[in-house]
Amino acid sequence: MTIVYEDRGDEATSDVPVNRIRFTINGQKMVAEIEPRLLLSHLIRRGLGLTGTHMGCDTTNCGACTVLVDGRPVKSCTMLAVQADGHAIETVEGLSGPSELHPLQEGFKAEHGLQCGFCTPGMMMAAKALLTENPSPTEEDVRWALSGNLCRCTGYQNIVKSVLWAADKLRSQS
Amino acid sequence: MSQALDEIKIGGLGASRRRVEDDRFIRGKGNYTDDITLPGMLHMEILRSPLAHARIKSIDTRKAWDIPGVHLVLTGEMMATRNLAWMPTLSYDTQAVLATDKVRFQGQEVACVIADDPYIAKDACEAIEVEYEPLPVIVNPAQAVADGAPVIRDDKENQPDNVIYSWAVGDRAGTDRAFEQADVVSRLQLHYPRSHPSPIECCGSIADFNRATSKLTVYMTTQAPHIIRAAVALVAELPEHMIRIVSPDIGGGFGNKVPVYPGYVCSILASILLERPVKWIEDKSGNLISTGFARDIYLDGEVALRKDGKILAVRMHADADHGAFFSDAQPSKFKIGLLHSTFACYDVPVAHLTARGTYSNKAPGGVAYRCSFRVTEAMFFQERMIAAAAADLGMDQAEFRRKNFVRDEQFPHRTPFGFLLDSGQYARCLDVGLKAIGYDDFRRQQEEARKRGKLLGLGISTMTEPLGAGNSREYDILGIKMFDSAELKVHLTGKAILRTGAKTQGQGHETTWAQIVAHELGLPAEDVIVEEGDTDTAPFGMGTYASRSTPVAGAAVSMVARKIRAKARRLAAHLLEVSEEDVEWELGRFYVRSSPDRGVTIQECAMAAYSNMPDGMEPGLENTAYYDPPNLTWPFAVYLVTVEVDPETGVWDVLNIVAVDDCGVRINPMIVEGQIMGGLTEAYAMANMQFITFDAEGNCVGSNYMDYLLPTAWETPGFELHSEVVTPSPHHPIGAKGVGECAAVGGPAAFVNAVMDAISGTGVRNIDMPLLPDRVWEAITQGRDVSGAPPVRADD
Repeated sequence: MTIVYEDRGDEATSDVPVNRIRFTINGQKMVAEIEPRLLLSHLIRRGLGLTGTHMGCDTTNCGACTVLVDGRPVKSCTMLAVQADGHAIETVEGLSGPSELHPLQEGFKAEHGLQCGFCTPGMMMAAKALLTENPSPTEEDVRWALSGNLCRCTGYQNIVKSVLWAADKLRSQS
Repeated sequence: MSQALDEIKIGGLGASRRRVEDDRFIRGKGNYTDDITLPGMLHMEILRSPLAHARIKSIDTRKAWDIPGVHLVLTGEMMATRNLAWMPTLSYDTQAVLATDKVRFQGQEVACVIADDPYIAKDACEAIEVEYEPLPVIVNPAQAVADGAPVIRDDKENQPDNVIYSWAVGDRAGTDRAFEQADVVSRLQLHYPRSHPSPIECCGSIADFNRATSKLTVYMTTQAPHIIRAAVALVAELPEHMIRIVSPDIGGGFGNKVPVYPGYVCSILASILLERPVKWIEDKSGNLISTGFARDIYLDGEVALRKDGKILAVRMHADADHGAFFSDAQPSKFKIGLLHSTFACYDVPVAHLTARGTYSNKAPGGVAYRCSFRVTEAMFFQERMIAAAAADLGMDQAEFRRKNFVRDEQFPHRTPFGFLLDSGQYARCLDVGLKAIGYDDFRRQQEEARKRGKLLGLGISTMTEPLGAGNSREYDILGIKMFDSAELKVHLTGKAILRTGAKTQGQGHETTWAQIVAHELGLPAEDVIVEEGDTDTAPFGMGTYASRSTPVAGAAVSMVARKIRAKARRLAAHLLEVSEEDVEWELGRFYVRSSPDRGVTIQECAMAAYSNMPDGMEPGLENTAYYDPPNLTWPFAVYLVTVEVDPETGVWDVLNIVAVDDCGVRINPMIVEGQIMGGLTEAYAMANMQFITFDAEGNCVGSNYMDYLLPTAWETPGFELHSEVVTPSPHHPIGAKGVGECAAVGGPAAFVNAVMDAISGTGVRNIDMPLLPDRVWEAITQGRDVSGAPPVRADD
């Protein structure tokens, strides 16, 4: 983050360490100068302004902050931003093209897979990783793949249906 | 003659219309509180007490002030100079904003830091040195009333002990007489454990005080923005028109986001002092350890029975543990919410209920967690008691219920505690449920399985829930009557904007309110935009909780649309050049009675309201309605659960869940089903894993998602939902009753009854929720009841 400190002439002010990292976000190459302790989720939300990645629990339990790192689902609240150096990050904002929704986005709307919407981006990113690896998942496969993502509104049944809807559509497209 | 509109096609009543709010959420373009960034914004973090009960000897903030990037360190002492160290609660008690004299629960707010960056603010919190002198700790009502118990609220005058209130309702003498005549008396004691609504999004606020205009804008996670505005006006003594509360998208509420929390107050004061926007976003442990818990109630009751299975009377006592401050969010007339709605769906001649509230060294904030004010506890006890009573009589679980239900012809029915049930078809709902679960067949399977050493169980829960708090005679919060409101502005091209005093948190108001307008006016739902949550623009309302949106705000939407239609009728008469009496209405169109081909659409009337109104008519097509419901609405539901219990481990698996909900008219069946499935999942969670407890030192067990277990997609069972039975509410404008909470209210007892049914051979009467495998195993192997009351046992 860019932070402007009051200059009190003491060592603490000049002591803030800074790292430079290079990474890709939703296909775009980036350079950032960051504190080494900065969490990836904060780099995404505050540094890049991509607020679709939500933070629910800070303990790697809820999965609202799930993004893809080189295609694999990662809870970005428990990864340091410096660890993203040299890697490709994908967030919910990268799911759809300029005009078309991703089948997962369509599926979540079609099957009423969301209510408050807070867990939805993380759910969709985790589901995307699943469908890349396994284009024809069973209901059980979907439930297992999403078991790191909590939802308090839906009871999951419609989330599972949404993912299966998307799997169907993706298969019919390919 | 033009063809009449197809209501489903225009997205009216009964259409499973896809949700309009989804379009932003699926793109990651929601706008939750933490997504908002204002120019010059600072960040606030809170330092919390590690101890449950301790005197504060000193707070040294010097090292925190020395950290670069720190702008302000607030302590209770500083708050006190502005008369803000304490704040009033919604239950006429006081609550510490930042502790001054003592800390009274683990996680209590002690100080806060405002800095350039949340990381710096957190560093500075850790640099604050607090010296505590530990005091004895109370974690349950028995300890609270024991001889020599430390007085937790020694800050209050006239508070010599830890008792907050004693309350009674019903007919004591009549109940006593009925018990004397009973053939059988059934008794049950249980603890409904402390729970937390735990929406995935935590609480937070961004306070923005503008010195130039003297206006305070607060973006915050609140289910009730107008109540917050009133509270800020009263507590902070700011003029109400200079306060704007904005509730943006909310990442789940479930009651957690109704109260006023210290973090909100501190961010507001900090913004006033610093004249910059101040953002506070709670972390999960802060949310779980300090904000509105639910339940935590000890229930002891008896049912007087005649041999033939008729219930003669009910007697019940509740001990409620409210934590360190009595800050329940509930109507002020009722000390323990609507606990006296218990047994409402049964024809009970006479009943008596007593309740006592006590303080403890636990977080305050008893909230209506997906529940209409303690109704969850009321229905859980009722259905556990019903199951025990049927077993005591040796009667079939379903038959016993059927025998005692309020019958269809008895409505409207007055309960012994004074509620008036509006309508229902209870026995029919039960029949649908029994058929769906295959009741008789399952009983046979159960018998056979038992011979093979397998434990199968079936649990039933049947209940009605009082919704829509409330009518203004009986329901108020801080004296403000609990009506709600809607404002509808139809523009000249027939497009419209609707605003209400409610606030959606996932219920889909943006979709369903437009459907009510479509139903009343024939405007396509897609032509109606819905806005909520901004007190500068929304009409005054009491917000969304206790399933009151559809019964109250939803009714207001109907009523305001009818006002619009009444004016449109006058415009139509003018356009058609006939008298108003000669104009007929069909969906979306007025026509001349004697000549149905001659008509004008609602859109043409809208245009006329701005371009061609009759002489003397006020221009425009806008109106507001405030709706004060004549009564509560009473949805009914039957939940049936079958389980298999592993006698070796105490682990139980759900085999089937059937839900029969009669919630009256369904505005959007898809959304209704989504609400029911969400509620069933929370019911399953409470029965199976989700609870907060405390050790003897008052350490909170359940302060993060590693201890506070929530079911994932993997554990959560599938659901079979039934909507065959529809009993419209006779007094709601469109016959709707509300549905968001029923399954969370009635569901838990179905799961517990199923497990208890599976182990019925053990003679065990009760296992407290959650039915963790070790508790079930203990019950099976030791043949004794298992209590879950805190403090947690040393061997847990």
